[in-house]
Amino acid sequence: MDLFKFEHGREGYYGEFGGAFIPEILRSPIMELRQALQAAKDDPTFWSEFVALMKTYSGRPTPITYLENLTKYLGGGRIYVKREDLNHTGAHKVNNVMGQGLIAKRLGKTRIIAETGAGQHGVATATMAARFGFECVIYMGEEDVRRQRPNVFWMEQLGAQVVPVRDGSKTLKDAINEAMRDWVTNFDTTHYVLGTVCGPHPFPEMVAWFQSIIGREAREQMIQIAGELPCRVYACVGGGSNAIGIFQGFLDDPVELVAVEAGGKGLQSSKHAARLASNHGSVGVAQGYKTYFLQNEDGQMLDTYSVAAGLDYIGVSPIFSYLAQIGRVRFEAATDEEVVAAFQLVMKKEGLIPALESAHAFALALKEVPKMKPEETILINQSGRGDKDIFTVAEALSDKNWKEFIKQRAKNYES
Amino acid sequence: MRVDEYLRERLKRKRICLMTHIIVGYPSFEANLKALEIMAENDVDVVEIQMPFSEPIADGPIFVRANQMSLQRGTTVDQYFRFMEKATARFDFPLLMMGYYNPVFKMGEANFLDRLQSSGGRGFIIPDLPIEEGRNLFDRAKQKGLAAIPLMTPSSTEQRLKELGKAGSGFVYVVARKGVTGEHTKFEDDFADYVQKCRRATELPLAVGFGISQKQDLDFLVNHVEMAIIGTRILEIWENNGEEGLQAFLQEIKQYLERLC
Ligand SMILES: Cc1ncc(COP(=O)(O)O)c(C=O)c1O
Repeated sequence: MDLFKFEHGREGYYGEFGGAFIPEILRSPIMELRQALQAAKDDPTFWSEFVALMKTYSGRPTPITYLENLTKYLGGGRIYVKREDLNHTGAHKVNNVMGQGLIAKRLGKTRIIAETGAGQHGVATATMAARFGFECVIYMGEEDVRRQRPNVFWMEQLGAQVVPVRDGSKTLKDAINEAMRDWVTNFDTTHYVLGTVCGPHPFPEMVAWFQSIIGREAREQMIQIAGELPCRVYACVGGGSNAIGIFQGFLDDPVELVAVEAGGKGLQSSKHAARLASNHGSVGVAQGYKTYFLQNEDGQMLDTYSVAAGLDYIGVSPIFSYLAQIGRVRFEAATDEEVVAAFQLVMKKEGLIPALESAHAFALALKEVPKMKPEETILINQSGRGDKDIFTVAEALSDKNWKEFIKQRAKNYES
Repeated sequence: MRVDEYLRERLKRKRICLMTHIIVGYPSFEANLKALEIMAENDVDVVEIQMPFSEPIADGPIFVRANQMSLQRGTTVDQYFRFMEKATARFDFPLLMMGYYNPVFKMGEANFLDRLQSSGGRGFIIPDLPIEEGRNLFDRAKQKGLAAIPLMTPSSTEQRLKELGKAGSGFVYVVARKGVTGEHTKFEDDFADYVQKCRRATELPLAVGFGISQKQDLDFLVNHVEMAIIGTRILEIWENNGEEGLQAFLQEIKQYLERLC
């Protein structure tokens, strides 16, 4: 299945989804980017340059780990995990970012901007900018700045300027709007490193291409380690980049692909970010592309909610709207409560600390795996590590000692 | 009369036309009406009335906040068209819908055009709808005699300018510079070249907007284009100095333009 073989005149369309709904002023940087991406794809040295960079800088290939304890504990299918958390900067985001950094270099840009929700994409971008010598500005919703302060600290230490965005719901979507506005003004010198497989064409294609490194590795590794392909692959979906990354390894195989959205406080509540797994999503056009959004009848975007900042987004990759529509990917949701429980279980049984985003994939997988046969296997994408979530998790667990520690720290600063 | 014909008619007695802007529902419907009244008194030629949207990616901070406040106060698409109806019944100048594509997409393009026309609206400006994606909407609008206004930009190639010119009707919105609405634009020498390129690409009247905030900006534009567009500045004045402020500002512009004749 070649997702990127567009019909003439339908470039950037995945079924009815995708496109490039951009202000006219952005046409020239978008065209420039399309050409650069095409040239990179046609250049056999580009991908190997990318792979080499990821190997020497980020620690790729990331391993696959067999979770023997959990497998025994739950009974049912065997559980394997792709360890994107072991990447430099702690998440899959770096794959896309380093790739776009190489593209930006080819384009001769000197300045990089990005939006960030959880802060993972921001940290990865700031890291890349430091390494490549770009000037760097990161837009982040004020609410996310508050939720993910440790990442803000790191971005600043890496030399990036973090701009809190106070519009709208003060989360990821608003940071994207703000980054677009910067790009509109400064595209001569500036490349916009979009963080997920969303936005106007060619961003979904470009991000999916760089993230496909996950799936290419994973397929080979499963054959090596487990001796066979997995029956199912699970990944969480905010915008969809880690999921499309791993799924691309298995699109043509008889492997079930399961995408897990943020169920927040439950799909019956209005507090979630399940665009495809709930029936609250509908097709719309915003932020440069056509896809399923959480929006009202007038086409105004609704507030979303998730304990995981990285999944808290109104839209979803147009590639996924298409893959869901044709039935190639099954969409589900996991609630905050299920996620925190899965997070604790994975830590206690395996000593892994998944990011809260990744814990969504775990939550659903662990729910389904007991119903599988012992000869069946599953693969979970651990898209990132959970260090960044220490405040959120401690709060969710209402950890007494942690609260005491924070109080003490605060007191120290007062005196 | 079509919008381009209307503009040419107006230009028989003035050197440049003026388009202003309001965001429906902000600060309130009453304030919107009052603002339109002041615009009518001061010989404004066209008004774009913005349908608020939750993700206004082409707008600057002042408009972004206004969009958001209007929505917070509960403005709906239905209310928007009812306001349009009321306003077109009361004022002589053409009113254009300005807004983003999603609300149009949600209500359906055919439905949108019908509703726009039955509300007395004379056309639309949708900055996040490129002509490729908007081909149907643009063509159907033309058939109905509505103005489908394309945007030309300083980064458009000559080939692209021609495509834009061909797709549009009513007039062309010439974006003065890169960036979003709101910041001030300095009109420098290469601007004249740019306008000439736009001119060569279309028969339609040219209107220049983005960052026009003072009467001196008009000196330059008078000799180059058919219409000047003042957006953000008007909202700023309304927020800071209210009715009297807007009255004084538009009166000053009006007198300035009369003296230029
Ligand atoms: C660890 C982790 N996983 C997943 C996501 C969600 O992004 P995507 O759906 O693009 O993979 C994020 C986003 O910040 C993240 O930090």
